[in-house]
Amino acid sequence: MRKVAVLGMGHSQFCFNAPKTQVELLSEVSLDAITSSNLTVKDVQAAFIGNALGTIAEGQATVQQFAVNDMGCHNIPALRFEGACASGTIAVRDAYMWVASGFYDVVLVAGVEKATALGTPLATRCFSMAGDAKYEFPAGYTFPSAFALLAHLYASHYNMPLAKLKEQMAAVSVQSHHYASKNPLAQLPFEITAEDVLKSFMVSTPIQLHDCCPFTDGAAAVILASEEVAKKIYEKPCYITGVGLATSGQLSTQYKYLPRLRAREISVDQAYKMAGITPQDVDVCELHDCFSIASLIAAESLGFFDFGTAGEAWQKGETKIGGKIPINISGGLKAKGHPIGATGISQLYHICKQLRGEMVDLGVQVEGAKTGLVDTLGGDGCLCHLVVQR
Amino acid sequence: MEYKLPFKEYNKALRKSRLLGLKCNTCGTITCPPKMSCQECSGLDLEITELSGQGSIVTFTTSFGAPQGRENELPYTVLLVKLDEGPWIMGNLIDMETNKINFDIIGRRVKMSSRVYPGDIYSGGSASRPVFSFID
Repeated sequence: MRKVAVLGMGHSQFCFNAPKTQVELLSEVSLDAITSSNLTVKDVQAAFIGNALGTIAEGQATVQQFAVNDMGCHNIPALRFEGACASGTIAVRDAYMWVASGFYDVVLVAGVEKATALGTPLATRCFSMAGDAKYEFPAGYTFPSAFALLAHLYASHYNMPLAKLKEQMAAVSVQSHHYASKNPLAQLPFEITAEDVLKSFMVSTPIQLHDCCPFTDGAAAVILASEEVAKKIYEKPCYITGVGLATSGQLSTQYKYLPRLRAREISVDQAYKMAGITPQDVDVCELHDCFSIASLIAAESLGFFDFGTAGEAWQKGETKIGGKIPINISGGLKAKGHPIGATGISQLYHICKQLRGEMVDLGVQVEGAKTGLVDTLGGDGCLCHLVVQR
Repeated sequence: MEYKLPFKEYNKALRKSRLLGLKCNTCGTITCPPKMSCQECSGLDLEITELSGQGSIVTFTTSFGAPQGRENELPYTVLLVKLDEGPWIMGNLIDMETNKINFDIIGRRVKMSSRVYPGDIYSGGSASRPVFSFID
């Protein structure tokens, strides 16, 4: 297996009601990634595209073929990856394997979503399609309800008063908004208070509006290349040194592990072992905070905190810059935004920015960061991890 | 290889408030809702078994936002119930006003009946769903 580098990157504004089409968004971020890699469209040998809901949002299936031919990468192989909210990350993992194997030297990985075009009721319906359609959706199961079920289970399982857990969850959202306020790409770049969270609309008990990430339009792209190519043309490559992917069945059948998600622990273990690191070696992490409670569950299974204690860590600032493990310094899905096909690539983008030391001007640089972790969750159980190092 | 308990058959029984599962003749685990193989050991020697439909609430949520087309059901309460036979299944709580539901319902005993979700343009037809009411 060859070493695989991340070269140039592109990232759109994350927003409501993007004025551009999915193909246009993909073309823009991809050309940014290609040109900043000191490459041209002729150098791209294949494209791996994350997109979950474009078929419904725009009536556009096979967006990948239209996008690559739109941006000028004529006739190259283009594949679409669908793993719900982890679509972008699983595209990165596959692209990684094709370059590592020696089959390709230069590939484009991009993701796009236009979830706000759906409107909230239809977007809620479409996101719920990543739950079990036959055995769980009939009960009205949606993604807010999934994490609401897990929140009550978390409080019960760890014998924690619900009011205490709610305060911890609010601390997660407050931190994410704080960092998003410094990120010019973020959809919700403003500060909120714990009181704002606890007074917001009740979506699905105990999850309130400010416990939830928004629906988002946006795109992101990276170029992956072999080490040989990277050394010739690019000054500051980061290297993907570990990848993991694991899946589970519907939520109810995961009962032996809940509120932990077994697939996350299997996947991240693959990535840590492959990179030869432990959780203590991670300097900065972007994890899948689709809901505030999801951050606590994730951070514990990634090995950063003991089970049942992650909320205290957020409250003590251990997840901020200067803390034990800086998490979601981009603002996370909560406040940077969550265009699901692009989310994992946006997480990778922000980790690479940290490893390259390019966040100083924004005042959010994790000093000396050498090892980063991407954690992405899709549906009831598609968990994907990337370890990135410089 | 034939699917032992397909959705169609499970659904038909559930419509009559009968809950079917699969007993694994290798490890004894009950799988419900059904799968091709035992959810514990992947065993294929399975037999259809009727479950009691009784169990305890392990978690819940009352939703105030619905997927498109289901707004008229709001607010509704989703449960995960640990069945007496072992597996957890998802369903709705029906015999308590949603504004009275709180954390204290966790652990309470429930029994199952069923209602029908009529389906929408995406769902490929209707589906029965378990609904629960308190035993005591």
